[in-house]
Amino acid sequence: MTTTNLHLKEPVTLPVEAGAISPDRFAGLSQAEVAALPLLVGRRQRTIGDLFAVEGDGAEEIVVEGDLSHVKHIGQEMSHGRITVRGDAGMHLGAKMSGGEIVVHGDVAAWTGAHMSGGLIRVHGNASSMLGAVYTGEKRGMRGGVIIVEGDAGPRAGERMRRGLIVVQGNLGEFAGARMIAGSLFVFGTLGARAGAGMKRGTIVALGGMDEAPLPVFHDACSYNPTFVRMYLRKLREWGLPVTQEQIVGTYRRYAGDVTTLGKGEILVYDQH
Amino acid sequence: MHINGVEIENTFAEAFKMRGARLIITGVNPRWAMTAAQVTTGFATSVIACGCEAGIEGEIPADQTPDGRPGVSVLVFTMGPKGMEDQLMRRVGQCIMTCPTTACFNGLEGEKWVKIGGTLRYFGDGFQISKLLEGRRFWRIPVMEGEFLVEEKFGIKKAVGGGNFLILGESPKAALAAAERAVEAMKQVPGVVMPFPGGVVRSGSKTTSKYKFLRASTNTAYCPTLRRQTESALPQGVNSVLEIVIDGLDEESVREATRVGVEAACQPGVVRISAGNYGGTLGQYQIHLWELFQ
Repeated sequence: MTTTNLHLKEPVTLPVEAGAISPDRFAGLSQAEVAALPLLVGRRQRTIGDLFAVEGDGAEEIVVEGDLSHVKHIGQEMSHGRITVRGDAGMHLGAKMSGGEIVVHGDVAAWTGAHMSGGLIRVHGNASSMLGAVYTGEKRGMRGGVIIVEGDAGPRAGERMRRGLIVVQGNLGEFAGARMIAGSLFVFGTLGARAGAGMKRGTIVALGGMDEAPLPVFHDACSYNPTFVRMYLRKLREWGLPVTQEQIVGTYRRYAGDVTTLGKGEILVYDQH
Repeated sequence: MHINGVEIENTFAEAFKMRGARLIITGVNPRWAMTAAQVTTGFATSVIACGCEAGIEGEIPADQTPDGRPGVSVLVFTMGPKGMEDQLMRRVGQCIMTCPTTACFNGLEGEKWVKIGGTLRYFGDGFQISKLLEGRRFWRIPVMEGEFLVEEKFGIKKAVGGGNFLILGESPKAALAAAERAVEAMKQVPGVVMPFPGGVVRSGSKTTSKYKFLRASTNTAYCPTLRRQTESALPQGVNSVLEIVIDGLDEESVREATRVGVEAACQPGVVRISAGNYGGTLGQYQIHLWELFQ
C-alpha cells in the first residue's frame, strides 16, 4: 500500500479548510504536487506543504499527525482509500464521504460523517455534536456507511439520518436520532434525553439504558428479542465492539414513535433485569 | 469393476442443468429450525410435479449463522429463475414465515438474484421495516409471535440435477440397508441434496409411456416383477432396486456425492450398482461410474 504521511509542522489556532486531504485528491500526484495542494488557513490561501511536512507519495493511505482539532474537512467527499489521523480532528471529518475508511486516534469535532453515504469512520476517542447528522436546511443527513465512536458522542447524533449505522460505545447526548428518517443508531452507554424526537422511521437501540423515560410521543409496545438486533450485535462484535452474549440473547422494550409524525420509528431499550 | 465384491456397471448417470438456491433457516432451537426446513422441503421430490426439488443440506451450529441461533441449510433446485422465484415465495412464505421463531437468510453468492423478502414484506401491511447491513437488505415483518426476519434477495446459480445411481439388491431388505448407508455417507458432502423421501426413490422412471398423455412411466427394465414380461436390465438374483437421485450446486459436488454413495452402498446383499441414463439424449452431464474410482 502506498502511503503519504502529513505531519503538522506547528500547532494552528486559525481554522484550516483541509478538504484537499483525501485519497481522491492525492490520486496520481507526486509528493511535490501533494505539497502544493491548496488549503485555507483563516481567510488566507496556503498549501499543504506550508502546514505539513509531507513524506512518501501515493494515495491509498494518508496518515495525518499532530493536533488537528482546528483542521476541518479531512477526508471530505472521499470515495476510497484510508486516512489515519493521529491526534484530534476538526469539524466535518469525512463529511459527504461515499467510501473508504477513516480511523481517528483521538477526538473528533462536530459534523463528523455528516451526510456520508458510504464507507467507515472509526473514532477511538469521543465525538462532539451532530455526529452523522444533517446540515442545517437540508432534508436528509447520513445516507449510508458506518460510524463507530468508542467514546461518548454529543447531542443530535444521526439527526435526519436516512440510512446507515452509527454506533457509540460510550454515552450519547440529547436529541439523538432527532427527526430520523431511517437507519440504525446503537448506543452502549446511556441514551440522552429526548431521543428520537420527531423520528419517522429508524431504530435507536439503547444498551445501557436511558437518561430519562422516552418522550410521551413514544408508546410502549412490547418486550421481545428482535432477531435483527442479534444479527447487528454479532456483526458489531465481529468489528471488535464489546458486545456481551446477554445483550444478544436478552429482551428489549420496544417504544414506537414519534406519533406526532409517521410513528414508525422505534427505541429499543435493553432490559438489563 | 468391483468394489467390496459388488459389480459396478460400466455406465453413466445422466444429469441436467438446473438452478440452485440455498436458504439458511434459523430458529430459537434446533427443533424449530429443523421443523421449518422439513416443511420447506416437503413435497419437493421431483421438479416435474412438485415445481422444485429440495432437501436439507445440513445443520449449522449457532455460532455460524447470521443471528447466532441454530440453523439448517436447505437447497432448492428448479429448472429456471422464474420457477425459483415462484417456489421460494411459496415455500418461504408458507413454510418458514408461518413457523414459530424462525428467520430466513440467503446462503449463496448467486449469479442471479430473486426477490423474496422484498415481496413477502407486503404481508406486513405497511408496518414492515427494512434494515440494510453491509449491503444486504433484510425485512422485519411483524407477526403475531413477534417478528419474522427475511433477506430481501436470494442468490441463484447454475446447478446440476438428476445425478443418480441404482442399487440392485438380492432382497428389498438388502437394497434398503445399502441405500440408507449410502444416503448417510452422502449427507457429509456439502452442496448436494437427495430430494426423495429419506434420500431414496423406489419408483424410478423412464421417459416414455404407452399412454400418450404421460411423459414418464415406471422404469420397466428395473422392475423385478416385470422380469420376462418386458425387456429387463436385471441380472439373476436381483429382487429389489432402489435409486438415489442427487441434485448439487455444481457438477463436482454431484460427482463426489455419487462416489461416496456408491462406495457406501457396496456391501453384502448388493449385486450390482448401475445408473440411469437415456442414451445421452436427456442431460448435458454424464457421470461415468468407473471414472469416479480411477
